[in-house]
Amino acid sequence: MEITELLEIVTVSRHFDDFVALDKVSLHIEAGEFFTLLGPSGCGKTTLLRLIAGFDQPDGGDILLDGKTILAAPPERRPLHTIFQNYALFPHMTVAENIAFPLRMAGIAKKEIQARVAEALDDVRLPDKARQYPDALSGGQKQRIAIARALVNRPRLLLLDEPLSALDAKLREQMQIELINLQKDIGITFIYVTHDQGEALALSHRIAVMDCGKIVQVDVPERLYGVPNSRFVADFIGKCNLLEGRVREQQGDSVIVELDGLGPVHVCRSETKFAAGSRCALTLRPEKIRIAAAIVNSADDESHFTGHVHDLLYLGDVTVYIVTLANGLLLEALLANSASGRTNFFEVGDQVEVAWSCDAGHLVLD
Amino acid sequence: MQGKSWSKYLLSLPPMAYLLIFFAAPTLIMLFASFRYPGEYGGLAPWYLQENGRITLDLTLENWQRLLCTDIYIRLFIKSIGYAVAATLICMVMGYPLALMIARSGRKSRDLLLLLVILPFWSNFLVRIYAWMIIFSPVGALTRMLNGVLDLFGVGPVTLMYSPTAMLVCLVYVHLPFMVLPLYANLEKHDLDLLDAAQDLGAGKWRRFWLITWPLSLSGVIAGSILVFIPVLGMFAIPDLLGGTDGIMIGNVIKQQFMESRDWPFGSVLSMVLTVTAVAVVLLGSRLGQRR
Repeated sequence: MEITELLEIVTVSRHFDDFVALDKVSLHIEAGEFFTLLGPSGCGKTTLLRLIAGFDQPDGGDILLDGKTILAAPPERRPLHTIFQNYALFPHMTVAENIAFPLRMAGIAKKEIQARVAEALDDVRLPDKARQYPDALSGGQKQRIAIARALVNRPRLLLLDEPLSALDAKLREQMQIELINLQKDIGITFIYVTHDQGEALALSHRIAVMDCGKIVQVDVPERLYGVPNSRFVADFIGKCNLLEGRVREQQGDSVIVELDGLGPVHVCRSETKFAAGSRCALTLRPEKIRIAAAIVNSADDESHFTGHVHDLLYLGDVTVYIVTLANGLLLEALLANSASGRTNFFEVGDQVEVAWSCDAGHLVLD
Repeated sequence: MQGKSWSKYLLSLPPMAYLLIFFAAPTLIMLFASFRYPGEYGGLAPWYLQENGRITLDLTLENWQRLLCTDIYIRLFIKSIGYAVAATLICMVMGYPLALMIARSGRKSRDLLLLLVILPFWSNFLVRIYAWMIIFSPVGALTRMLNGVLDLFGVGPVTLMYSPTAMLVCLVYVHLPFMVLPLYANLEKHDLDLLDAAQDLGAGKWRRFWLITWPLSLSGVIAGSILVFIPVLGMFAIPDLLGGTDGIMIGNVIKQQFMESRDWPFGSVLSMVLTVTAVAVVLLGSRLGQRR
């Protein structure tokens, strides 16, 4: 696939009185990408989406589509459409009339409109709903009609504002798969806004993590999860243990870190250069931690510690064990309940050993 | 479940009784009166005669024939409907932007604006009409200023008072809140995301209004129109005080039949026609409102 830059956001800022909603945000979005803006509520992701759609104007910076600024164009003249959180289907129009709306606005001939509406309904697998009104549809069907309406006149870009948040968990998962396939089939660039990190990881080609009006990290899902660049990203994406410490020494990509109250551990494959003595945190995903009554066959480059099971959460497929280490630190570890007939491997109060290999953790600076 | 449905009927009993006694029964009495002869000094003649111990009904179709035999009452009805339609349309054209503006303004100013809309209700209806009489009077500031300006262009003086125009201005003034309030109640509930969506899909300002806001507000438009049209149709006080000889409406004639002419049966005929017209308008309105 040829990679071409479609949308460019250049140092865009937006203030509401004293509140800084966006602070010099810059982003490049490529054609054909499924790009997600992820962050907690109030981080500025929806503000950015509204600026791209044209419902709001930035206080500074520029937004370029195909290399040309679109700031002067009102929303109705921008070649992009938005899927709203509540779908915003027109209640007084039938499904077919809803889908025909953007085509009518574009002044397309009636005959062609009919054909394209029928095609769009086929695409979302609801060909028999043409004459119904939106209030007769289920949540998932409304969602699909909203998508059909937004895609029927082939926009360059589709903006989706938390479109799955109104659906229940099971339907949401199904719609996620549909969205991935749809985006792959039609090849239109999606910019997706969500606060749900799981959804972002599952859907996106690339994710921009936002916090307090700034972009913290832009990366592919695997790297955001595996190599977060800050405590915020590590903590926000998935579950993460953060072990505080100080860098003792570094040799190439191998770092020795003095963890507070635990002593030195070895971290390998570090991509960053750390100054000796700088404060840092070791981010450790629960599923990367081995937990056993006694660790045998410990490899040389593994760090291991003894603790007690403080609490456990039985989740069915896995059990989360919260282990107290020697210094009182709580460590979260996951164990898949893969053995037949067994529920939990340990009970509260059991003595356990935990271990992780040197490439399991990832260091972030303070 | 049974207890529940019982309490539902019990609660609706007082209003039902009220409507039966003070609306349904009088309407039926009026219908009956329209077939009777007028009494010699007003009121109604007895509806039966006693001759030689025999009782005969003394009813007539004359009153209804009188309505249909000349066209003056029919024409008056049509004229009144014309005034009512005009007042309703003017109220709609003036009230819609006002209601929309209130519905789209911030919470604080919204309450204040609504208060201003209903503020006239704090003073008496007749007092407000007399206020208009002062404004329109030949020696009033408005007339004198207007005539002063007209004089500059060599146009003769005009009178504002006692004209259908003066009447219409006052009819609109009095009934504007009845248009604004239901419209506001409707417009205030609109989902503004729909307008964003329409704009996003390529609709400019006018198309957003005519394709989204207007069709979604139709039930409010109909409710407001009914609330204006029906009272205006039967209005007599405003035409009496401001309308002059041209600005006569059916309400004036009905009043005349009961008061000056002392012809209750014919007044009843005209009242029945007015009631039927009003009911027809409401039914038509609700039919229109039910359609998508």
